[in-house]
Amino acid sequence: MSATPEPGLAVSVTGLAAGYGGPPVLREVDFGVRAGESVCVLGPNGGGKTTLFRALLGELAPTTGRVRVSGRPAYVAQTERTRLDFPVTALDVALMGSLAHGRWWLPPRRPERAAAAAALERVGLTDASREPFGTLSGGQRQRALLARALVQAAPVLLLDEPLSGVDPASAREIGRVFDELRDEGRALLVSSHDVESARAFDLVLCLNGRQIAFGPPARALDRATLEATYGSEMIVLEGGPGGVRAVTVQHHEHGHGHEGHGHH
Amino acid sequence: MDLLDPVIDPFRSGIDQRALLEVALIGVLCGALGFWVVSERLTYGAESLAHGLLPGFVLAALAGAPLLLGAAGGALVAAVLVALAARDERIGPDTGTAVAVTGLVGLGALLALAPDSPQRLEELLFGDLLGVTDGDLLAAALLLACGGAALVALHRPLCAVAFDPAGAAAAGVRPALVRLVLLALLAVAIAVAVQGLGALLVLAVLVAPPVAVRGHASTPARAMAAGAAVAALAGLAGIELSFHAGSAAGASVALALCGAAALGAAFRRSPGSVRRAGR
Repeated sequence: MSATPEPGLAVSVTGLAAGYGGPPVLREVDFGVRAGESVCVLGPNGGGKTTLFRALLGELAPTTGRVRVSGRPAYVAQTERTRLDFPVTALDVALMGSLAHGRWWLPPRRPERAAAAAALERVGLTDASREPFGTLSGGQRQRALLARALVQAAPVLLLDEPLSGVDPASAREIGRVFDELRDEGRALLVSSHDVESARAFDLVLCLNGRQIAFGPPARALDRATLEATYGSEMIVLEGGPGGVRAVTVQHHEHGHGHEGHGHH
Repeated sequence: MDLLDPVIDPFRSGIDQRALLEVALIGVLCGALGFWVVSERLTYGAESLAHGLLPGFVLAALAGAPLLLGAAGGALVAAVLVALAARDERIGPDTGTAVAVTGLVGLGALLALAPDSPQRLEELLFGDLLGVTDGDLLAAALLLACGGAALVALHRPLCAVAFDPAGAAAAGVRPALVRLVLLALLAVAIAVAVQGLGALLVLAVLVAPPVAVRGHASTPARAMAAGAAVAALAGLAGIELSFHAGSAAGASVALALCGAAALGAAFRRSPGSVRRAGR
């Protein structure tokens, strides 16, 4: 995967192109993220968000270009990618993060259990720590996966649509943890379909097969960028006194329709 | 007459004692290992290995070589052929595997039914629990010791990979390597267990116990322990059945295992109720 990035950067991507044997599905990607910064990665389905994350995780070698990440990033997948019928509790899931610290052949020790319990408390899941993962709500599952990433104590966190389909209470809890992580100096890259939620991040990276824009939300989320990013998936784009308002229609692979909108 | 006599009678002979010991040693390991076979959706792969090793098994019998050696070699050849056949994207992995395994079973039958072959095809297909040797028992004991140690050491990576391979990889676990070690353990377990239960029935001891306990255990460790117990008890029940009904020992054990799976499935509970009951 990744060598150490330039001083001051937690993630640096230079001239990245990546794909799966055929033509690159993502190209011309150049950006850098400092420690303590949060980035919202926007783009339509097939736009390259997952490919970018796979390159950052070291699962996918760049066709061209260079990817550098500080340490081993933690990854929070969409909860649909986990096995809901596997008999583990929220605490068991959080404890899986301690595998990053070695000693995988031994049962978790007291400090590891304490770290997992603390991570669950931090995401507001202490009361549900002994509940089977498969019986938790969507938002609780997402928080359990976030707790696993916290136990991993990685300097960089990659989160794949963590706010998709979660209840408002869980969304608030997750947003609060994001703020804390940023304050601790961790770099966060969060993929999303929700243009409005992107405004809460320090930076926005727009992808649609290539990098469309990268910068602060106020600069990156303009009409031309949103049109180039979402194309036909953006069904309304209105001008107004305050800027533009975009409404995108998502096409999740699991068929959950959802709308997001952005102002500028 | 003591009430327990009908239960104890089968084990008054050394032959049945050895059969029970063999099935207990194999059952405890395979019952636990089976949880991962089912969790990782390797059931078809396990069946393919068990059936595909038949030519190696038969060749060892023909040559008078140790059957364990033939089974291990046969499993290795079967694994390579299945891997190659499954890569043909024009027909799909399942079809490729089916063709390869059917071809191997056909080759094994051809060798076993040749005029010069000893009359042992039945034993190779359905096992010979009542004919286990000291070497078979030693192999089963070693399998239990080494395989059990591997399952204990790999428990956390196996859980992480089965639950979320991408998340496990991000935490430093290598899912492909973990699955490869699991497959190797499965191949060794089949090569040893096939001595007693035969190429056609060995799958029962790997798959029936996890099916029996699925939905009844709240953690992977409990599911493995319960699977091991179910396999050992079903082995005991099978040998009792064989003694009293005069039926084939391997087939009786396989039937008892499948009966346990049917019972477990019939009384399966929801995951939530398992957790609440487990507190």
